[in-house]
Amino acid sequence: MYDGGKIITGLVIGLGLLLFPFFYNAGKAAKAPDPELTPKAQEAKVCVMDKAYMQSSHMTLLDDWRHTVVRDGERYFKAKSGTVYYKSLQVTCLDCHSNKTKFCDQCHDYMGVAPYCWDCHLEPEEKK
Amino acid sequence: MLDTALKGTQRYWGWLIFLLVLMGIGLGCYLYQFQEGLRVTGMSRDVSWGFYIAQFTYLVGVAAGGVMVVLPYYLHDYKAFGRITILGEFLAIAAVVMCLLFIFVDLGNPVRIMNVIMYPTPNSILFWDMIVLNGYLLLNVLIGWNVLSAERKGIHYPGWVKTLIYISIPWAFSIHTVTAFLYAGLPGRHFWLTAIMAARFLASAFAAGPALLLLLCLIVRRVSRFDPGEKAVRTLGGIVTYAFILNIFFLLLEVFTAFYSQIPGHMHSFVYLFAGYEGFGKLVPWMWTSVGFAILALILLIVPGTRRKDDTLAVGCAAVIISSWIDKGMGLVIGGFVPNTFDRVFEYWPTTPEILITIGVWATGFFVLTVLYKIAVSVKEEVGA
Amino acid sequence: MKGIDRREFLKIGGMAAIAGLGGKAAFEILAPGKLEAAQQIPLTKGKHWAMVVDTTKMDDALMDVCIEACHKEHNVPNLGNPKEEIKWIWKETYEHAFPGQEHEYIGERFHGMNFLLMCNHCTNPPCVRVCPTQSTWKREDGVVMMDMHRCIGCRFCMAACPYGARSFNWGDPQRVRTDEKLMPMNPGFPRNKDYPTRSKGVVEKCNFCAERLAKGDQPACVEAAAKVRKGALVFGDLADPHSEVRKVLKENYTIRRKPELGTGPNLFFIV
Repeated sequence: MYDGGKIITGLVIGLGLLLFPFFYNAGKAAKAPDPELTPKAQEAKVCVMDKAYMQSSHMTLLDDWRHTVVRDGERYFKAKSGTVYYKSLQVTCLDCHSNKTKFCDQCHDYMGVAPYCWDCHLEPEEKK
Repeated sequence: MLDTALKGTQRYWGWLIFLLVLMGIGLGCYLYQFQEGLRVTGMSRDVSWGFYIAQFTYLVGVAAGGVMVVLPYYLHDYKAFGRITILGEFLAIAAVVMCLLFIFVDLGNPVRIMNVIMYPTPNSILFWDMIVLNGYLLLNVLIGWNVLSAERKGIHYPGWVKTLIYISIPWAFSIHTVTAFLYAGLPGRHFWLTAIMAARFLASAFAAGPALLLLLCLIVRRVSRFDPGEKAVRTLGGIVTYAFILNIFFLLLEVFTAFYSQIPGHMHSFVYLFAGYEGFGKLVPWMWTSVGFAILALILLIVPGTRRKDDTLAVGCAAVIISSWIDKGMGLVIGGFVPNTFDRVFEYWPTTPEILITIGVWATGFFVLTVLYKIAVSVKEEVGA
Repeated sequence: MKGIDRREFLKIGGMAAIAGLGGKAAFEILAPGKLEAAQQIPLTKGKHWAMVVDTTKMDDALMDVCIEACHKEHNVPNLGNPKEEIKWIWKETYEHAFPGQEHEYIGERFHGMNFLLMCNHCTNPPCVRVCPTQSTWKREDGVVMMDMHRCIGCRFCMAACPYGARSFNWGDPQRVRTDEKLMPMNPGFPRNKDYPTRSKGVVEKCNFCAERLAKGDQPACVEAAAKVRKGALVFGDLADPHSEVRKVLKENYTIRRKPELGTGPNLFFIV
């Protein structure tokens, strides 16, 4: 092999760079998120869908809502329970989950996702 | 073949590093623009396209111009162009890369660019522009690469490449026609609303593209052992001459229609560009510079003595490039927006970050072009040796 | 209590009592039996929304009232710079609103007179034709709608609109909340907590108050104008022969901006 030494050195450096984030963060696991419900949300007991679905797929639901509201003008959502909700992140979701930092952000930060919803949709003012 | 791009003189590497520096500066400015939004540019709600789209429009022409060597060689068996078709194709690749980059840096929401594909919209000309530009890029990559590697191995290129070549010829016309349609189909923009727009675009493309190609041939001849051939250069010169005359003729047709009809909306943009309108005239010196270079180009290209001499021909081609760059870039795009739809004047001038990003994209194009030409020329030298 | 739900529930009929219960805001719960009824109510009943501006009843002060109502409703920022201006509804002089139609002997009333302009919600909108992502489209009720979630910011629609009705967010509009220069010009921004702002890099424009039409309300500008003077702005369904807009169009001579372009503007001016 020509230049075998150089190639192997290069490979080692490349691999090292690639794995650097893993070494850097090793042993520093972030605290698992523990989303908090507001008293209002607790009182309501149910969300627009069941808890398991909301935990795993709220983004799908929100995506569907924004699409059907904006594009089809369908502004109401009928839950399985028969309850009708006004489809709005800002007006409906955040009315109950008014503690965005403790409810939304915690998980989003943990998962490393940065939804751009908040670029436009106003966050509720939270009492510190 | 890529290996040939890795072996070069100090000058070659110096040039590439210089381009990389410009690309780096451009990228830095782009990150700033990405963060702050397009407000770092000189564009406004009234002149909503600017320097980027002007470059894009001009470079689509350069890309389409490559067909002026492909067509005579493959359709008319004009042998003199056989040596340089690859240069035309590689120039087209670099130009289309720049076009796509200019569209990209002009977007307000570049991260959503895939929406154009996710929600295909055939009634939008921009959708078709995406298809023809990317298609043309792909065609030229496939054709150029296959033809060149076949040449290196001393064999004939595979039969399917021939089919692609035939497709690429009308395709080259389509990229510039569709780009013209971006402008020509808009109601309420008198300066653009003209049936001759696509023809004008093609004429200027077939002048500016081959003019640049001709200059590149002269440079290649000087820096390498590969000679594009005297006859090819002469013929290219002729093509540039005819196309540029047509381009000027078409422009004058526009001027006639506007000023003989005396319809105010049709005249206003011309008045703004060449004389100033309601006291605004930022582009006036530029447009007359364009006219000056156009006259210079016409003289040098039409007079046989100067057209046949390499030095004066080169100056003529450079004049064509400068003239059409101003006229078809800034003149065409900004002229369409001034005066605006309220017959009010808001002027435009690019900002420093905007210019640096533009230079960065051009540097990227020239980087691609240099590497591709290095490969092509190395193969030619290898085969010729 | 959020008005949206209350109004909607009132319309359902006999549900006022339930709507008045508790402070559950947007989380209102209906008796299950009434659900179907709730969903069958068409959210927007129009087939061809249009607006008539009666310039004989308009004046600058009233236009300002309309503009203010719209900007408040939609959190339209004041960016203090004509190059970045976001225009949903605005004032423009006769010669610039109708370029080419002015002449020196025109009626005195029109000298320096302003017209109230907004998106024309064209019947044949060029902005819709050129949009490469269907971010803007024509709804069945005639509203030319924008989907800010999808807009890539190519600004083709701005080049295509012959009326200058489209504005681009050259920067982040939310900066008016923190920028020292812009803060005093935007007190309390965003003023409508039930409506989003926009992000940088998207185009926006008047949406004929689609969010209000959904509730059966009139557009914000029309409602605001009506409080000051009846009939200065008339909004309604052109497809309905008994509508107010049809009535005023029948009784008055009206003009539209650049009708020769074939866009079919749905904003009419009684002059």
